[in-house]
Amino acid sequence: MALRQEQKTTEPLVSIEGLSFKREQRIIFDRINIEIPRGKITAIMGPSGCGKTTLLRLIGGQLKPQKGTIFVDGLEVSKLSRRELFTLRKRMSLLFQSGALLTDLSVFENVAFPLREHTELPEETIRTLVLMKLEAVGLRGARDLMPSELSGGMARRVALARAVALDPMMIMYDEPFTGQDPISMGVLIRLIKLMNDAMHLTSIVVSHDVQETLSIADYVYILSNGKVVGKGTPESLQSAGSDWVKQFINALPDGPVRFHYPAADLAKDLTTGEPPC
Amino acid sequence: MLRALGRKGLSAFSWLGRSWIFIIYVLLGTFGVIRRWRDLIKQIYSVGVLSFVIIIVSGFFVGMVLGLQGYNTLVDFGAEESLGVVVALSLVRELGPVVSALLFAGRAGSALTAEIGLMKSTEQLSAMEMMAVDPLRRIVAPRFYAGIISMPLLAGIFSMVGVYGGYFVGVGLLGVDDGAFWSQMQSAVDFHEDIMNGIIKSIVFGIVVTWIAVFEGYDTVPTSEGISRATTRTVVTSSLAVLGLDFVLTAIMFK
Amino acid sequence: MVQSKVIETIVGLFIAIGLTAIVILALKVSNMTTLNSADGYEIRARFENIGGLKVRSPVKMAGVLIGRVAEIGFDDETYEAVTVMKINPEFRKIPEDTTASIYTAGLLGEQYISLEPGGAEEYLADGAEIEITQSAVVLEQVIGQVLYDKASGKDEE
Repeated sequence: MALRQEQKTTEPLVSIEGLSFKREQRIIFDRINIEIPRGKITAIMGPSGCGKTTLLRLIGGQLKPQKGTIFVDGLEVSKLSRRELFTLRKRMSLLFQSGALLTDLSVFENVAFPLREHTELPEETIRTLVLMKLEAVGLRGARDLMPSELSGGMARRVALARAVALDPMMIMYDEPFTGQDPISMGVLIRLIKLMNDAMHLTSIVVSHDVQETLSIADYVYILSNGKVVGKGTPESLQSAGSDWVKQFINALPDGPVRFHYPAADLAKDLTTGEPPC
Repeated sequence: MLRALGRKGLSAFSWLGRSWIFIIYVLLGTFGVIRRWRDLIKQIYSVGVLSFVIIIVSGFFVGMVLGLQGYNTLVDFGAEESLGVVVALSLVRELGPVVSALLFAGRAGSALTAEIGLMKSTEQLSAMEMMAVDPLRRIVAPRFYAGIISMPLLAGIFSMVGVYGGYFVGVGLLGVDDGAFWSQMQSAVDFHEDIMNGIIKSIVFGIVVTWIAVFEGYDTVPTSEGISRATTRTVVTSSLAVLGLDFVLTAIMFK
Repeated sequence: MVQSKVIETIVGLFIAIGLTAIVILALKVSNMTTLNSADGYEIRARFENIGGLKVRSPVKMAGVLIGRVAEIGFDDETYEAVTVMKINPEFRKIPEDTTASIYTAGLLGEQYISLEPGGAEEYLADGAEIEITQSAVVLEQVIGQVLYDKASGKDEE
């Protein structure tokens, strides 16, 4: 196990080359290259609607790229058969923004779900595994609750427990911090970091919550308008990024992205504007 | 105008095509349904058992109305003994399968569409796919089979309750002879001709209604507006399909 | 776990009720019961014309249902219809010289075989044949006869 990890550490787990993706007329990705190193937390950031979630779906094989290639652990995702793709997916998890827990199953059964589906383990083993995973996210006591009784942050933690149930090699987090209060945000940040280090996972965090993401990321890609506009370690980006990257990272209201939507001159607009009727 | 017509036609064709591909994938999940029979039972509960009360109540009322109407018509010919025949034949051949299928579409079909649509919009189906579980086999297939199993049972219950409804009105309230009611019915209703054909009809309706319901749910635009539209479409499309198919089946069966 | 057991029981009950309903339809509403009643004995009768008589039509004596038509065949030598009636075992004493006629119950009702007992001491045994029969009245023939009689009556005038 250790030996295998040793051999492969040099090559990235996910490598995306020349990826282009269009949805109807809108270009979402335009020949981007991204490499996700093994065992690290890689953050992919960008303004809302820049296709971050789409990127995760492309890596997970739910969407197919129009151009370019995506390799995950040496396999080209878009060329896999359905069966091969499912085998690959057992080794990676996607944590959805909403948690996407199965509403008709309890917390316990939700976490047990992938184990029951993909293994023939006896009931006691499943119970032990599920309780351990729930303990790791601090929700062992909530195992009999239904998803509708959970808060958003708790649902995401349950989803995280479910995501690591099969001990995957990689977890993709889709906007894990959106809409969380500071406490559950802190909990999630700690958990992501903890899971990554304790289980030797590779993590991809897609987010536009800059400070939280930068605090745990080892490497950052910043996307905008279908291009990679910045990459590097959090420190290097904070000091040496372009103006746009600086504005994004430091959340400045004005910069290359103007505060005002393009409009005619204010004074002219006020004097010539139609009077309200 | 022509372009709109063409677009409508194309989208109808693509709907048909998608629904066929969809059902083939669902049928590929048959083996899994047998293996996960507990799941199937849960679905029979939510599809069949929860439709039970509405089926019983409407069956009884339909039977009573048939009894009243039939009596009023037959009494003019002095043939009120044939009331049992009228009630039983109309229930077993037509009203049982058709009305229970319509009620089923409204009660269970719409619930199926909404449930699957909601699962889609809350990314549960996507999440399953990412967990390497095929939602068509895991979610849709057991619901589909639950519908097919429940429908003939519900239709049978409907017809039986309806016959007793007619009996209650005809014999209990209007004084038709008890023996004549049953014996005339028994000599006129044939097991193979009438009852089996009624059951076959209800199985076909079960397949069609459930198919439409689960497909509309799976094909939903994943927004709350999309779900409500899909639910409406399920009820409308499956009701029309039931009535249309009923004509075709009747023409084939009772030549 | 408890809840899933409850659900399973309810579903079992539902399926049982559904199947019972279908069985009731089969036995009580349709003619499955009489079809399967194996006991009783058979007697035969030949008719020139059975009209609308069907398998499972009633066989009555003095208006009481005593059995049903079990089989209808055709004898291609005498060109007669051969009916086999299944008589319930409690009606054992049917005289040998009984007459079998096909009548219609009311104007629009179903057709049935009516047996009128004779005075013989011997009773019909299983498989015996009734010798004296009267065919069904076919409505068209009656109407045709009436019209013909009227027409010929006019001619004579």
